[in-house]
Amino acid sequence: MSGTQMQSQASTDLGGDRMFVWGMLIILAFWSLFTVARSADPLMGAHAALFLGASVIGIFAMIAHRTSGYVAESDSYEMGVVKAGVFASVFWGIAGFLVGVIIAGQLAFPNLLYFPELPWTSFGRLRPLHTSAVIFAFGGNVLIATSFYVVQRTSRARLWGGLTPWFVFWGYNLFIVIAATGYLMGITQSKEYAEPEWYADLWLTIVWVAYLFVFLGTLLKRKEPHIYVANWFYLAFIVTIAMLHIVNNLAVPVSLTSSKSYSLFAGVQDALTQWWYGHNAVGFFLTAGFLAIMYYFIPKKAERPVYSYRLSIVHFWSLIFIYIWAGPHHLHYTALPEWAQTLGMTFSIMLWMPSWGGMINGLMTLSGAWDKLRTDPVLRMMVVSVAFYGMSTFEGPLMSIRAVNSLSHYTDWTIGHVHSGALGWVGYISFGALYCLVPWLWKRKELYSRQLVEWHFWISTLGILLYITSMWVSGIMQGMMWRAYNEFGFLEYSFVETVEAMNPYYIIRMLGGVLFLIGAFIMAYNLWRTARGDVREKEYVRDANIAAIPAE
Amino acid sequence: MYETLSSFAQTWGLLLFILAFGLVLIYALSPRNQGKFDKAKQIPLNDEDDAHVG
Ligand code: HEM
Ligand code: HEM
Repeated sequence: MSGTQMQSQASTDLGGDRMFVWGMLIILAFWSLFTVARSADPLMGAHAALFLGASVIGIFAMIAHRTSGYVAESDSYEMGVVKAGVFASVFWGIAGFLVGVIIAGQLAFPNLLYFPELPWTSFGRLRPLHTSAVIFAFGGNVLIATSFYVVQRTSRARLWGGLTPWFVFWGYNLFIVIAATGYLMGITQSKEYAEPEWYADLWLTIVWVAYLFVFLGTLLKRKEPHIYVANWFYLAFIVTIAMLHIVNNLAVPVSLTSSKSYSLFAGVQDALTQWWYGHNAVGFFLTAGFLAIMYYFIPKKAERPVYSYRLSIVHFWSLIFIYIWAGPHHLHYTALPEWAQTLGMTFSIMLWMPSWGGMINGLMTLSGAWDKLRTDPVLRMMVVSVAFYGMSTFEGPLMSIRAVNSLSHYTDWTIGHVHSGALGWVGYISFGALYCLVPWLWKRKELYSRQLVEWHFWISTLGILLYITSMWVSGIMQGMMWRAYNEFGFLEYSFVETVEAMNPYYIIRMLGGVLFLIGAFIMAYNLWRTARGDVREKEYVRDANIAAIPAE
Repeated sequence: MYETLSSFAQTWGLLLFILAFGLVLIYALSPRNQGKFDKAKQIPLNDEDDAHVG
């Protein structure tokens, strides 16, 4: 394609995307103005005001952008939005881990951290704040940032859609703010991981479809004949989350100006829909998306191609075919028909194989270069992450067996399982990607300090171990105490005795969380200094000396 | 409605998925695609130019 053609294509691109963003901002402004004026409840009023503020800021930003006369160079990559995503990921990560530590503290010291006159500090409101902040705010921003990076570099094409990627970034983060403030004020539709109400869900739908278009548009303009496997995982993540989000959130609002809605589903159908959503949020958000990171960043950092490309294709399609059926393992011993429970269990057990295939593929990418694990703490972090992926995808199938689930369900064992996946797998692969991205994006040769990465790695690893081992002990103990009978056939323990017994483990878990949070602060500092262009001279000078010795 | 849907899912639906997955396996494992995959796995490692597309 000649230069002028590229130019004209880019400018028509810009026309359409401006119109789209303007259209969205104006609709949002009108709807929120109308709702501020006529809101049926004060909560809706508050959120409409927030939306109004955001749309006004958006309109000013569009005008400023217009008057600045900025024209994107169409032959370069769009990395600004990736940088913004890196910022947002670190910010939300710290916020989410902090709230995790607070709710862990509330469970460990319930009297100390209980303020009845401040309802927004109650465990019931902070818990969804934690889960959404870590999964959707931290994880989501990591996925958006890395997907925008990877799809451009592996397609050798600039992001499609001009300003649309920016709309996706800001729109998504606006959704996060709406969700988070909503939980604190007490707005919820009581579906785990899908708590935001109908208007927030609608907004996210628009943003998410725009995300899909940006991703697909970039793939369509690619200069590389083959679509690299990481992009398949990202695409599966985007498409599936769109489908899950729309179906699970089908609801009728009480009125257009009310924050309350009623779900289309009821009873056991509702439960199944919710856990079809919930499990595939794990499968496609917390797994497929982060596997895309694994398939790009580990080969790139290790400077070796992925171990087996064939295996990656089989890995991908097996997860697609199997994950979607596994949801009923969240509903063992419920009103769900038993055949459906058995189906969920069977597919969960089948998941073990492809999951380990993927783990082996990630780990074996390092074969022949294992010494890098000793010298490169970033690579080590990602490899440990893949090991945690293997651990939680072994534990999951085990817990999905009905007999095992009768012990583990409702106990801290589930919480331990969640966090070995969340801290070990999702957390570490994200940290690894961030440590890679910052030097690449800001064009620095090295991280500010490799030593600080070592500190981050060891402190957080200790934190994770404290977290999951304490939850295993506490969970299994809790399950055993609940089902213990004495010789007369009465329950051996009252419920409150089981709660008391768990207290020491809750304190250990909280300490583990504090360590994990400290690690994240170390990372934030290190990334900040790296972006500024600082290098911790004495580390690298000393390394250079060591390297120089054998040459002499 | 429920009966028709579930009997379809349990017979033809199942068969369809198994066939589709079989096609995936053939695609992934066929020796003809070896060269293509060998090239594809190098994609992340091949791009050096940071500033420009292409
Ligand atoms: C400093 C780190 C963290 C701490 C201290 C922490 C603490 C907690 C606590 C205390 C709970 C409530 C458990 C209960 O109700 O018994 C929880 C739930 C949860 N956390 Fe974390 N968390 C941390 C990091 C993360 C991360 C990074 C993720 C995900 C990427 C995550 C995902 C979740 C999920 C999904 C739940 C709900 C589990 C369920 O309902 O079964 N957490 N966390
Ligand atoms: C082969 C893969 C996996 C299988 C078969 C599996 C299976 C299970 C099972 C049986 C439960 C307990 C359900 C209950 O008793 O209520 C569960 C809970 C959970 N798992 Fe997994 N798991 C897998 C992988 C993962 C991974 C990799 C992650 C995170 C990154 C994860 C995150 C979660 C979460 C967040 C919950 C708690 C859901 C809730 O709020 O109750 N799982 N999983």
